[in-house]
Amino acid sequence: MNISPSKIISLLFFIFSGFYLYTAHQIQVFTFDENAAFNAKTFPIYLGYAGLLFSALYIILPETKPSNVDLSVLDYKKTIMLVVLMILYGLTILRAGYFLSTSIFLVLSYIVLGERKWIWIFTLSFPFVAIFMYLLHGLLNIYLRDPFLQYIGIMG
Amino acid sequence: MIEGILIGLETALSLKNLMMVMIGCFSGTIIGMLPGLGPMTAIALMIPITYGFEPSTGLILMAGVYYGAVFGGSTSSILINAPGIPGTVATSFDGYPMAQQGKAGKALAIAAYSSFAGGTIAAIFLLIAAPSLSKVSLAFRSPDYFGLMILGLTAVSAFSAKGHFLKAMMMVVLGLMLASVGQDTLSDIPRFTFQNMNLSDGISFVLVVMATFAMSEALTIIFKANDPTRVAKQISLSELGSIKLDKIETKKMITSIPRSSVLGFVIGVLPGAGSTIASFLAYGMERNFVKDEEKQKFGKGSVNGLAAPETANNAACSGSFVPLLTLGIPGSGTTAVMLGALLGFGIQPGPRLYQTNPEIFWSVIMSMYIGMVILLILNLPLIPYIARVLATPRTFLIPLILFFSVTGIYLMSFNNFDIYLMIGIAVCATILRLYDFPMPPLILAFVLGGLMEENLRRSLLISDGSWSFLWDRPLTMVIMLVIFSIVVWQIYKGFLKKN
Repeated sequence: MNISPSKIISLLFFIFSGFYLYTAHQIQVFTFDENAAFNAKTFPIYLGYAGLLFSALYIILPETKPSNVDLSVLDYKKTIMLVVLMILYGLTILRAGYFLSTSIFLVLSYIVLGERKWIWIFTLSFPFVAIFMYLLHGLLNIYLRDPFLQYIGIMG
Repeated sequence: MIEGILIGLETALSLKNLMMVMIGCFSGTIIGMLPGLGPMTAIALMIPITYGFEPSTGLILMAGVYYGAVFGGSTSSILINAPGIPGTVATSFDGYPMAQQGKAGKALAIAAYSSFAGGTIAAIFLLIAAPSLSKVSLAFRSPDYFGLMILGLTAVSAFSAKGHFLKAMMMVVLGLMLASVGQDTLSDIPRFTFQNMNLSDGISFVLVVMATFAMSEALTIIFKANDPTRVAKQISLSELGSIKLDKIETKKMITSIPRSSVLGFVIGVLPGAGSTIASFLAYGMERNFVKDEEKQKFGKGSVNGLAAPETANNAACSGSFVPLLTLGIPGSGTTAVMLGALLGFGIQPGPRLYQTNPEIFWSVIMSMYIGMVILLILNLPLIPYIARVLATPRTFLIPLILFFSVTGIYLMSFNNFDIYLMIGIAVCATILRLYDFPMPPLILAFVLGGLMEENLRRSLLISDGSWSFLWDRPLTMVIMLVIFSIVVWQIYKGFLKKN
């Protein structure tokens, strides 16, 4: 039996809504608010039921417009590599600083996606980030935390 | 009203705001031109920058981006038959055949003039309608607002996600669930935070918009191994032909503009309908209005067939500001993003905005006129050069979008947790998009979540916990009946299709 991916997603959403509803019931409200017409858990409880209702309807009712996705043409490798790069970018941005981590993220992303024109790879990373930082920090006065540039004395 | 217009003009014509309209129109055109990246992504990418400005300046910038992105979407529809946004799909029906006949310059000029005329006429309607509607909407009570919000969410789900109503409704619920994370606004009781301090203030609106639009659109392009700029490399973007229109073409365009403007504006005001439906309806209407001889040209490069949807989609953009400015309820995903940005500025749009912040109310309306003029002056002569953006390789485009997204959230919180949360939401959104779970209803619900809960709270407290508030007032009852009809019709329609 073939179950459509949309129905599987709906089933996951049904489970998620059930968990959400359970957690909504666990919200601790003030004693004097317990029997009030509306308290902090009223709206989430209704949302939990709405989630259960719509996902159940999707699972039960026949699919009117099934989504046809050819899984064989999807580029898993590049997508996963980009996501990993973003996680690493998030991990280093506070420690290594904005300039260094962003420039390295851009260089690696261009390479992962198959770019090999080194002059463009370089131009659209280190100098580009430096100009962008100047625009934000220097002209628009938007604070950018960069311990690396502060350490080497470029940024105040 | 005259005083308001003068206040608006004074604010909108300040050097800084004029610059913002220009930057907004220009950057919006470039982003909107790239297939797959629409106005929502363009505005989302601008939000972190706007927080450095005054609210009126920020909103003017976003309005410029919105119009620019719609215009940019038309350009890619005409030149490479790849609509940047759904609202410009109808533009490609006659715009692309014209480009293939060597009249790309003319097609772009017709699109630019029609957009300008449609947007300007609709902005005049907005000027007249918004203040009057603001006064009327002062009579609205919490149950009416609650009903209107459900109506907006249901209508967006029904119209923006054709054939995927239940999927869209699931996205609405998910958006509301995400909005419920964090401390309850009234009692400060933490909800769904799982003792994580990073969640106590809730999930940032910018984070959700960036993740579900900019980031997930970029990931979807890579995941589907699409190269939206591939077609652009095969055509000459510098030889677009003359942009001058002859008398007959001008006459045809002028006859189609007024009716398409009215239709576009009315459709734009309706919640959920927006520029896509407006442009398709205008195309269909125009086909019925023209003579048989012109009717034969539809789909093969008709001037009327190009002018009508272009006029209507821009008029619909202006129309969509009416519910946002007068009721504080956005009728589309794009205006929902704008509402989110306004709330970020600490401004609550609605009937009182007209009185409490007249400079914002009027400057946005006046900046629309200025934006239209700038779009015409700036974009038309520059089109052969701007069109080269279409050939930007995705190897550079995608990393730059991801970089802007991460930067946006980094600037707001300086927090790793938010970056990881954004990546997590973007990955989920990419998978959901793949299976046609639409994102605009999620954003609309996320933005409206807090307001909906607040209005439900008031309504239930006034009615002492009884749900009778849904039918006690005639207005609320009418709204609820419309919602009921939409839901039943959508489910019934599904059954009809299947059988």
